[in-house]
Amino acid sequence: MVVPVSYYLALSVALFALGVIGVLIRRNVLVILMCIEMMLNAVNLAFIGFADYFKAVDGQMFVFFVMTVAAAEVAVGLALIVAIFRNRATVYVDEFNILKW
Amino acid sequence: MQIIFFILAGVALVTGGLVVFQRHPLRSALWLIVNFFAVAGIYLLAHAEFIAAIQVIVYAGAIMVLFLFVIMLLNLREPEAEAKFMHLGQKVGGIILAVFTVLLLIYGVMQVVLPPGKAAPPGLGNTESIARLLFTDYLLPFEVTSVLLLVAIVGAVVLAKSKLK
Repeated sequence: MVVPVSYYLALSVALFALGVIGVLIRRNVLVILMCIEMMLNAVNLAFIGFADYFKAVDGQMFVFFVMTVAAAEVAVGLALIVAIFRNRATVYVDEFNILKW
Repeated sequence: MQIIFFILAGVALVTGGLVVFQRHPLRSALWLIVNFFAVAGIYLLAHAEFIAAIQVIVYAGAIMVLFLFVIMLLNLREPEAEAKFMHLGQKVGGIILAVFTVLLLIYGVMQVVLPPGKAAPPGLGNTESIARLLFTDYLLPFEVTSVLLLVAIVGAVVLAKSKLK
C-alpha cells in the first residue's frame, strides 16, 4: 500500500500551521526559532512527498539545500540571540525594542 | 505502510503541538528532536533514505545540539514569565492569522490537479542518484552552498564575539 501524496501534503500543512501558531503567539525567541525550523521541515516534507510521487530526485535535492540554509540560519540566529542577550539580558521578543527610538 | 505513516504523522503532530505549547524552552527543544525523528521516519517511507539520514544527523543532531547549548548557555531556568502587559490580542490575532494561513494553504493545495504518478525507474539507489544529480545538474548551487556556509560561520563568530574592536 503506497501512501498517497495528499497525505503528505495534509501533514505538511498541519506542521506548517503549528509552526505559524508558534511564531505568532510565543514570546521566547528561542521557541520562535524552533518553530521556524518546524515550518522548514514541513516544506521539506511536501518536497519529499512530491519527489516520491513523481519518482524524481530533484525534490530531494531541494530538501538538501533547504537543510543547508536552515543550518546556516540557525547558526546566525542563535549568535544574534546570544549577542542580544548579552546586551539586554532577556529572550522575550516584546522586550527587544532597541530598534525603536 | 499507511498505518506506519499514520502513527508517525500522529507522533509528529503531537510533538509539534508540545513544542509550541510547552512553557519551558528546554522541553520544547527536546520534543522538537522527537518531532524530527518522526519526520525522518516519514522520509524513509517516501523512499528518501539519504534525506532521512541527513535529517537525523543535521537536524536532530547538529542543529538541536546548538539549540540546547544556547538554552543552557543563557541559563533560562524559570519557565516563560508572564508578560508585563496583556498579550491577549497577540494570542487571538496570532491564532486567527494562523487559521487564515491554513485555509489559504488548503485552498492552494485543492487547486492543484496532479498528473498521474509514474512508476519507479529501475537502477540507481537513492543515495547514488542524489549524488549523480548533485555533481551534474546542481553543481553550481552545491558550490554556492559552501560559500553560504562559510558566510554563516564568519557571521556567527563575529556576532557571538563579546567585543568588537
